[in-house]
Amino acid sequence: MHRYNSIIIGAGHNGLVCANYLARKGQKVLLLEASDSVGGLASVREFHPEFKTSVAHSVGYFSEKVARDLNLKAHGFNVDADLSPTIGLSTDASHVVLQGERISGVETDDEQSYGNYVRLMRRFADMVKPFWLETVPPIGNNSLPEIMSYAHLGMNMRLMGKADMREFLRILTLPMRDLMDENFDNELLKAMLSWDGLIGSKLAPRSPNHSLITLLLRMSGKAAHQVSSAGVKTLIEALHSSASASGVEIRTGVPVGEIVIGDDAEGLIAMGVKLDSGEQIEADRVISSADPKKTFLDLVGVEHLEIGFCNRIRRLRGDGYVAKLHLALKGLPEFTGLDNPDGRLMIAPDMDVIEFAYDDAKYGHCSKVPVMEIVIPSIHDETLAPAGQHVLSAHVMYVPRHLQGGWDDQAHEAYCQLLIDTLAQYAPGIREQILHHELLTPADLEREYGVTGGHWHHAELSLDQSLMMRPTYGAAQYQTPIGGLHLCGAGCHPGGGLMGGAGHNAAQEILK
Amino acid sequence: MTNKQFDFSGEQLRRSHFHPRQASFNIREAWSAWNGYKFADSYYDAEYEYFCVRNTCGTYDICPMQKYNIKGRDAEVMLNRMVTRDITKSKVNRVSYVVWCTDEGRLIDDGTIFKLADDEFMLVCGSPCTAWLKKSAYGFKDVTVTDVSDKIAALALQGPTSCTVLRKMGLDGITKVKPFNIHYFQFLGESLMVSRTGFSGDLGYELWVKPEHALELWDALYAAGADYGIHPFGEAATNMARIEAGFIMPGFEFNEALKTVHFEHDQTPFELNLGWLVDFGKRHFNGRSALLQEQKRGPRYTLTKLDIEGNKTAGGSFLYGNKQCSLEIGYVTSAMWSPAVKANIALAMIKTEHLGDDIWAEIYYEKELRQYSKIARCKVKDKPFWTPARARANPPLDH
Repeated sequence: MHRYNSIIIGAGHNGLVCANYLARKGQKVLLLEASDSVGGLASVREFHPEFKTSVAHSVGYFSEKVARDLNLKAHGFNVDADLSPTIGLSTDASHVVLQGERISGVETDDEQSYGNYVRLMRRFADMVKPFWLETVPPIGNNSLPEIMSYAHLGMNMRLMGKADMREFLRILTLPMRDLMDENFDNELLKAMLSWDGLIGSKLAPRSPNHSLITLLLRMSGKAAHQVSSAGVKTLIEALHSSASASGVEIRTGVPVGEIVIGDDAEGLIAMGVKLDSGEQIEADRVISSADPKKTFLDLVGVEHLEIGFCNRIRRLRGDGYVAKLHLALKGLPEFTGLDNPDGRLMIAPDMDVIEFAYDDAKYGHCSKVPVMEIVIPSIHDETLAPAGQHVLSAHVMYVPRHLQGGWDDQAHEAYCQLLIDTLAQYAPGIREQILHHELLTPADLEREYGVTGGHWHHAELSLDQSLMMRPTYGAAQYQTPIGGLHLCGAGCHPGGGLMGGAGHNAAQEILK
Repeated sequence: MTNKQFDFSGEQLRRSHFHPRQASFNIREAWSAWNGYKFADSYYDAEYEYFCVRNTCGTYDICPMQKYNIKGRDAEVMLNRMVTRDITKSKVNRVSYVVWCTDEGRLIDDGTIFKLADDEFMLVCGSPCTAWLKKSAYGFKDVTVTDVSDKIAALALQGPTSCTVLRKMGLDGITKVKPFNIHYFQFLGESLMVSRTGFSGDLGYELWVKPEHALELWDALYAAGADYGIHPFGEAATNMARIEAGFIMPGFEFNEALKTVHFEHDQTPFELNLGWLVDFGKRHFNGRSALLQEQKRGPRYTLTKLDIEGNKTAGGSFLYGNKQCSLEIGYVTSAMWSPAVKANIALAMIKTEHLGDDIWAEIYYEKELRQYSKIARCKVKDKPFWTPARARANPPLDH
């Protein structure tokens, strides 16, 4: 019987990254995926005959280091692909366009402020960037790594100079609303810029907490408020191909039923996994990229864990608030006043509209005035739709996981129609172009992708669930209370989004 | 006129199911409170009541004890993961003394688990622990936790004549009930649960009935016990009896870990000399890895029984490794003059590394308003001070 060094549960991008690093160091690695394809929320699937897309619809900040280490360029991922703009849509065609430090569609004051703002954010983003690809050590044990890590962070802050350091500390937990109001006048611009601090979280413009940190995380790549024209599909294909080339054995369509727990003199240890099929596979260690709740409460089982720990896992906030709209279109949609719908299009007229959508969702309702970001991935990847036809993909905020009255077919369809009506305000002919529509609510994402709560980041990105406390103490630093059981998914520092940080960091920690 | 803003009427102490009878005995009105119940510190005189427990028998109201019914297919697995002892070894109609700990291996509380059926248990403990039980049950599919504290009237009958009194009351077969066994008897046409358990270190039973039969049970018991010295005893006498028996008490030997503020102001089972309750042979239980480490490292303190020279009781004393009192090695947790063993006894936490050393207690005492101190030599006792064979005899001695 062959024995693996590592079994990784879940072939999402973090699972693929972690497996690849381990295999490159000579480990015998088995990567198990419940669904029929790799990529997790970034996997490409056909939602209508010949029309394909993925839930994650853009690449904005995939780690350059990971791409380099895993040689993704040689496997087809265009790391130097052009960056497409973010375009704030307006019904009267006065769109705001962001492309790097360039901005159009706003008054001169805002143009100037925008330059200063982006440069300041870039300095902050570069300052914290090293920590996304590092284990954040636990506080309080005065170990060397702890002292080094925090000394490094302190030094980076000091090197920015006194003025920047003070400003950084002042705005660190500021609500997006405050940050935007003190910098800009244009309401559409403010809504667009706050978006990247909010999307994927249960945070609204007026929420203080983690939005600036999320924003800086999203600026850890080359892009600021931009998306890469190299699509998600090529990234996942490259990760898949690179992992295979490194010797990772990948099996799809094999749901793991439980993590087999054994006992040694030190305490409990992970022995391997048992598949739903009954097959049992042994390994020196098990690494889960599944979310913390699924990993601990379903796969490990509370009887193997401490009571306080289980209840911290239970209390992790992880209800998703983003739904996904997919449209199969006969042709390229025409947005009023827009020559080319390439890039990321936003429907979020002002921050109040975002705030009110959040207020509705918080009490289990869907907003009648939804806000969304739209990408047409088939513009850059013709394999996603038949020639001349297109796929529209939209992230819709805020859509509750638990809808009052439940997500039945009727509620589903009614909301889908409302979203299409909203789109039609900006692209009047779009309804006639639709061949097929699909709405994936957080409840659908939970069911289809096995992510508890349907949350992009597996656990809310918030101060109490971040850095050295992500997902919670006892399971941070990619270790768990069970020997030989590790986490490598979005529920770990630095969180999810197509970045690869968690998978990278977990592998480094395991290889220490 | 009532003051609505400051209406504290909800804070009034509740009356135990046995209150009407106990109130008539409580001629000194020596009430204190326990878990929201009006509770007797003593009825007439603590020492008198203590002597009833040791020489005849007495009743102790355990209505304020917290009682939880834990039921379902996963009840046993859930409890076994919560407590340190392996309760799967216990049979139906048996009672197990258990402790449970935090994730860090610090003692939350001790109590008894009554195995009522393969899938039904009753946990009895001194402090409310609904929150911890609910947390412990989280993640198990088939288990319900119900607080039945107010749905059961419970009374302890402790002392050498207790078995005879129950037999006189008509509980045929009581002599066959062994320590930590549960037996059901017919009483007033209903089932009366009796367990041979208690907190006195002597022969004794605990009786569990529906609240509506509480007073009839009391009357039957006191009628049967009239010639056998039956008398209610309160908290003060209980405390004397349990120190002699070497039983731990929250607020004395240990702090409930969920209530301590200061880091490590709570204790581990090993520190309390309860290592025998920690079963590393069973599957995972809460605090296991922390306790494994503690076992390997050895407990910092060890609860120790001391026989102290002289007759000045050593409550609150510091303990030293030498007569000059320059090396502090521990502190006394409970102390008393024991009438039963005629000795000056104490329970004390002593730094484990100094257990083999000389032990001296610095005792402060008062004589007619003057304060004095003395340094007294202490001897370590391995066995409980009071552990009579009659407590375990089968059948118990008839009187």
